[in-house]
Amino acid sequence: MAPVVSIQKLTKTYGNGFEALKGVDLDIEQGEILALLGPNGAGKTTLISIVCGLVNPSGGQVLVGGHDVVREFRKTRELIGLVPQELTTDMFETVWNTVSFSRGLHGKKPNPALIEKILKDLSLWSKKDNTLRELSGGMKRRVLIAKALAHEPKILFLDEPTAGVDVNLRRDMWQVVEALRATGVTIILTTHYIEEAEEIADRVGVINGGKLLLVEDKTALMKKLGRKQLRLELSEPMKELPASLGAYNLSLSEDGTALIHEYKSEEEQGGIAALLAALAAANIHFRDLSTRQSSLEDIFVALVEEKA
Amino acid sequence: MNYEAIKSIYTFEMARMRRTLMQSVISPVITTSLYFVVFGTAIGSRIPTIEGVSYGSFITPGLIMLSLLTQCIANGSIGIYFPKFTGTIYEILSAPVAMTEILVGYVGAAATKGLIIGLIILGTAYGLSLINPAFGTISIAHPVMMLLFMVLTAISFSLLGFIIGIWAKNFEQLNIVPMLVVPPLTFLGGSFYSIKMLPDFWQAVSHLNPVLYLVSGFRWSFYEVSDINPWISLAMVGLFLAICLSIVGWIFHTGYRLRN
Repeated sequence: MAPVVSIQKLTKTYGNGFEALKGVDLDIEQGEILALLGPNGAGKTTLISIVCGLVNPSGGQVLVGGHDVVREFRKTRELIGLVPQELTTDMFETVWNTVSFSRGLHGKKPNPALIEKILKDLSLWSKKDNTLRELSGGMKRRVLIAKALAHEPKILFLDEPTAGVDVNLRRDMWQVVEALRATGVTIILTTHYIEEAEEIADRVGVINGGKLLLVEDKTALMKKLGRKQLRLELSEPMKELPASLGAYNLSLSEDGTALIHEYKSEEEQGGIAALLAALAAANIHFRDLSTRQSSLEDIFVALVEEKA
Repeated sequence: MNYEAIKSIYTFEMARMRRTLMQSVISPVITTSLYFVVFGTAIGSRIPTIEGVSYGSFITPGLIMLSLLTQCIANGSIGIYFPKFTGTIYEILSAPVAMTEILVGYVGAAATKGLIIGLIILGTAYGLSLINPAFGTISIAHPVMMLLFMVLTAISFSLLGFIIGIWAKNFEQLNIVPMLVVPPLTFLGGSFYSIKMLPDFWQAVSHLNPVLYLVSGFRWSFYEVSDINPWISLAMVGLFLAICLSIVGWIFHTGYRLRN
């Protein structure tokens, strides 16, 4: 199936000469959840803004549902819902009115039953007649999500959706995201909370310095780049590694109380058993052992630092 | 055309007027009533007629125009400036809405508000003239022309307001034109006197003032007296409208201060 969003050779240079995007290619598949990771100023928001029509591209092309975002903006923007990073709201408007306004703005006829459902799903129903300035930050974030959903988008962009959001809202939000995905909505989120991407995304893209460093299936990425570590707590500290263990990728912790073995999970075939046997042969005893898988965060930090 | 979007923007803007009823409607009515009482009745009763029209009657069209201009500029500019200021403009720019639809929504609402206020002031003046005949009599010789002048003026100056709202980077810039440019133009544009009372040189200078044409043509539609041929007035209003439309066209074409 053709990708629902297709970005080709996209560049953006702002009026002040800042090159925010330096040729980005990215295909987003229908119904997936894609997390775009990147440090502040990496180009995430610029990328989203171009797809949504807030920023004009300098070069390259973006197709949404097969339509060009500049020339056929009506068709593309109808498909897209955007939850912006900043909490921007019409302070004096009521929740109900502002969400209904969003629907009308996208050319859809009023549908009070749908608005009611969205507000209930986001626990906003009791606040529907409140003006936005009376709401807390988390509630305003919910309103922004409700506004983005009011016109039943097929693609939802969430720009840093969980910045400054409490646990309850985060949970509600992911429930809504899951429910949307079940109906076939494609979701693209940017975040710098990596555990979030790890938890929810199907694919992960890493942006830095205006370039897309990689896009990959999350589990494949974790497998490919993820490293494992075996840590053996020694019964008795040692000063240096015995020569007989030189063949193994081993290091001694600084205080000499533990042995650390690094390996890639997919390459490891019986190596650990051999290591343990060698340790027994060398009469080295340990009182405890633990393994640790490197997280997406470690992978991400390594990538960004390596290519920066 | 995305009619739902135009309707949404229009009703959103009109709702704002209802929320700020005191500021939007009642305050211009009170201000204008004060003008009528002070200039029309208290001072006007000591002023002879101007071209056969009592002073109170003579200034009524100018006062309506003064309010219409100020209100249209203010509403037209705040309507688009406020979303820019709060950031909610993101939603309008990312919606499947063409710039012309945004324009029709905002300018249409600002012009409507201006017209409503203009008509309320006209009604107030008429009411005052009934209560106190010393004020003068209000008669409308050419109602269709009167409405045409009002509608064209309302649209032109709401467009001007829209341009100011897009250009302004802060509240001071937003208020500079309605506060500092419009009142002198209105006062010197023959709202309270006939420019025929001025020395030749200042008469000539007055012809550079666009408000002169509005007030003069508008007054003609009431009493058939004017400083300028009413058709020239109408043409000038049309010219002003065309200039505002071209500037807006350029803004939309370049994305000036709207899209990076």
